[in-house]
Amino acid sequence: MLKVENLVVKYGMIEAIKGISFEVNDGEIVTLIGANGAGKTTTMHAISGLVKPVSGSIQLDGVELTKVQPHKILSMGLAQVPEGRRVFAQETVEENLTLGAFFRKDKDKIRTDMDFVYDLFPRLKERSSQLAGTLSGGEQQMLAMGRALMADPRIMLLDEPSMGLSPLLVSEIFSIIEEINKKGTTVLLVEQNAKRALAIADHAYVLETGNITLHGTGQELSQDERVQKAYLGG
Amino acid sequence: MAFLSYLINGLSLGSVYAIIALGYTMVYGIAKMLNFAHGDIMMVGAYVAFFALTSFGIPVIPSVLLSMLATTVLGVVIERLAYKPLRHATSLSVLITAIGVSYFLQNGAQLLWSSSTKVFPAIISNGSVKLFGGELQISYLTLVTIVVCIAVMVCLTLFINKTKTGMAMRACSEDKGAATLMGINVNMIISITFAIGSGIAAIAAVLLCATYPTLSPTLGSMPGIKAFTAAVFGGIGSIPGAFLGGLMLGVIEILAKAYVSTQLSDAIVFAVLIIVLLIKPTGLLGRKLSEKV
Ligand SMILES: Nc1ncnc2c1ncn2[C@@H]1O[C@H](COP(=O)(O)OP(=O)(O)OP(=O)(O)O)[C@@H](O)[C@H]1O
Ligand SMILES: [Mg+2]
Repeated sequence: MLKVENLVVKYGMIEAIKGISFEVNDGEIVTLIGANGAGKTTTMHAISGLVKPVSGSIQLDGVELTKVQPHKILSMGLAQVPEGRRVFAQETVEENLTLGAFFRKDKDKIRTDMDFVYDLFPRLKERSSQLAGTLSGGEQQMLAMGRALMADPRIMLLDEPSMGLSPLLVSEIFSIIEEINKKGTTVLLVEQNAKRALAIADHAYVLETGNITLHGTGQELSQDERVQKAYLGG
Repeated sequence: MAFLSYLINGLSLGSVYAIIALGYTMVYGIAKMLNFAHGDIMMVGAYVAFFALTSFGIPVIPSVLLSMLATTVLGVVIERLAYKPLRHATSLSVLITAIGVSYFLQNGAQLLWSSSTKVFPAIISNGSVKLFGGELQISYLTLVTIVVCIAVMVCLTLFINKTKTGMAMRACSEDKGAATLMGINVNMIISITFAIGSGIAAIAAVLLCATYPTLSPTLGSMPGIKAFTAAVFGGIGSIPGAFLGGLMLGVIEILAKAYVSTQLSDAIVFAVLIIVLLIKPTGLLGRKLSEKV
């Protein structure tokens, strides 16, 4: 279980996250929705250790992540697909996937996990020796997800995986997120596409300028008037 | 035949520049900073080799290894103490710090070893290979310098392209945040980069002193600037670029000395650099991002 309590993050004088708390139970899909600049990416970065919180706690199965060195967080079972994909443009698809398993030593299992990723995204297999920078946006998203899966994570954080993708591809990405979740991986999903995110989420939180203003089940929030008005265009 | 002889001497001098430039460019590629103290780290390597050879009478190869060990440790310590605390500072503060470290090393050397010059012992026998019935003579030293430079380049390329640490270095040079998300210890990779760059600088130091056997605390400045120029010339951040840039710089310098003027040779070197950068602002190989560390 991932448990965030009273998290505060500042950039210089600006308080981007103002003391939020939320939980992600094992096996769930939890979504964090909010407008631009609400602090979604900041929250994700704080969990993965890329920014240091001012105060508050982030616990993964009881271990305080804010006290763990950032590069060790992945090996504790928490992987992130960052906003904007951030694939290694000058490495091939296969090298990117290999980097996803960088900390692992179980060579045979790495091989089977790579086959699993290639089954999940056959397009990556066709392009395994192509430089990641030459992939289309959608393919890069698949690669970023595949790369995170190569760590064989127990919990996966996804930051706006549908950004800039065609409607068809958005559907594909969302069904793959559900598939990954069904295989037993817990998911924390940040999305602007609130409608689709709420449709697959067990629990959802609304983030507004650094504060959580609403939370409930995915279904509850998708029927909430305030959410409909602000995030579902109705 | 004279031309060929100048060319080979140029390649030999260029080999020394290339090895120093490789250190510059690796550190730039990964830490994204210009380590202006790089030439002075090399200078310390020269002194360590000098004392190992003369005061302690240690044979050549172990002396070189000792010198490499010293510069490796020095490079890592400098990074930890002076540069690491500035990881998130502006590049100007980092640059000023690097210049400060450079002066610190020069003054430290003056204090420890005095500013009077010392004469580096001959380490390679004086003979030469004679070609074309003796018309072209290539000294053993020249040959050794060129061969060592190629060996360093090959080892470095293999290391970066074939090893796991090399892969992590490539990842860090592109995106440190994403590399951290892959479980890569970015601080460790930066330390390793400083270690390698500084370690090979000792090799350059010994080769340089074997050719120009005068030791002084400012010995690293000019070769340091030349090597920096070579790295920019080849495309800063690019390993093959540093190699090519170093060799070309050496050749241009020697040819300019031979055919134009000894006084103007440095000016010509920098003029060529400016022309190249005007035509191709990223340097000779700077655009080939795939080859960047
Ligand atoms: N490196 C930074 N330095 C200073 N301020 C930052 C930095 N990163 C983010 N911020 C600020 O923190 C706030 C939250 O940004 P964040 O990126 O977390 O928002 P977000 O919810 O992910 O937005 P989006 O949907 O546009 O991705 C914003 O006001 C932003 O300007
Ligand atoms: Mg964001």
